[in-house]
Amino acid sequence: MTGIIGKKIGMTQLFDEDGNVVAVTVIEAGPCPVTLVRTVESDGYEAVQLAFEDCRDKHLTKAELGHLTKAGLKHGKRHLAEIRGAGDLKVGDMVTVEAFEDGQQVSVVGVSKGKGFQGTVKRHNFARGPETHGSHNVRQPGSIGASAYPSRVFKGMRMSGHMGSERVTQLGLKIVRRDPENNLLLVKGSVPGAKNSVVIVKGR
Amino acid sequence: MGIIDNIERQQLRDDIPQFKAGDTVKVHFRVIEGTRQRTQIFQGTVIKRQGSGVRETFTVRKQSFGVGVERAFPVHSPKIEKIEVVMVGDVRRAKLYYLRQKIGKQARVREKQR
Repeated sequence: MTGIIGKKIGMTQLFDEDGNVVAVTVIEAGPCPVTLVRTVESDGYEAVQLAFEDCRDKHLTKAELGHLTKAGLKHGKRHLAEIRGAGDLKVGDMVTVEAFEDGQQVSVVGVSKGKGFQGTVKRHNFARGPETHGSHNVRQPGSIGASAYPSRVFKGMRMSGHMGSERVTQLGLKIVRRDPENNLLLVKGSVPGAKNSVVIVKGR
Repeated sequence: MGIIDNIERQQLRDDIPQFKAGDTVKVHFRVIEGTRQRTQIFQGTVIKRQGSGVRETFTVRKQSFGVGVERAFPVHSPKIEKIEVVMVGDVRRAKLYYLRQKIGKQARVREKQR
C-alpha cells in the first residue's frame, strides 16, 4: 500500500494522446519523510506515519517537535498522517510522487467543503413538495414516523442538520500524470475538499 | 494559482489565427474512426468564444440541409489541424445568440469593409 500526503491546488484540464479533454485535479504531494513505522509486535497493526509541509517550530508543541526530531527531521512539519498497511519503508525514508505510477488507480481522502446547516432537500436529496395550488409544503421533510405507536422518532431518521466538512474518500481515481520535479500529481476527476486543503492519496 | 498556470501554458498552441465572433471559419478537425484517421471540415460562423487559457472554446454555427448545427471546439485542441478564417464579419456583440432566432437572409453576418 503506497500513500502520500498532499495539498489540493485546484482543477484544470489536459488533452490526452487522442486529443480528448480530461478534467484533472492538481495535487501538490510530498516529499513526505517517514516519521514512525508501526508494527504488529509493538502496536498491533502495521502502518507508516508520514509528515508533510514545513512550518515554523514555534507553531508546534514541544511534544510534536520532539517526535519529529527523533525521526531525524530538522524542520517542523505541519501535518502527520498514518497510512495503513505493510511496506519496506524505514524511519527517515522519503516518500515522493515517484512512489506512484502513471495510470495507477488511487483513492483520495479529504475533508469536504462545509455547507453549514442544511435542510433535507440539499442534505439527503429529498423530493420537494408542490409549489402551487396553495401548498406551503415546498421544502418540508414530510412525515418522520407514526403517532401512538411507536410514540417516538426512530434513531437515524434523516433530518436537517450540519452538512459537509467531514472526511470523504473518493475511490477509483486515475493518475493521469506525475511531475516529480514540482512534486505534482494530476488525478482524473474531482477530489473532496477546498483548494489548499490537505488530502491523502492512497494507492492500491 | 501559478502551478495551474504553468500546466496550462505548456498546452497552449501558438499556430491559431486571430478570429472572433462573427467571422466565418473553416475548422479542419481530425476524426478517428476505428483505426482510420481523416480530416473533417466544419465551416460556419463563429457565434461565441468563451473561457480563457487552455479552457477556451469557440462555437461555430452553420445551416446543414435547412437545420441549424452548432459545434463547440476547444481552441487549443490538438485535434484541430488548422483553422482558416474565410471572412471577417462585422458584428456589434461578442455573443451572436440572436442568429439562432433568424432564418434565411437575416441569419447572415455582413462582411467587414476596410
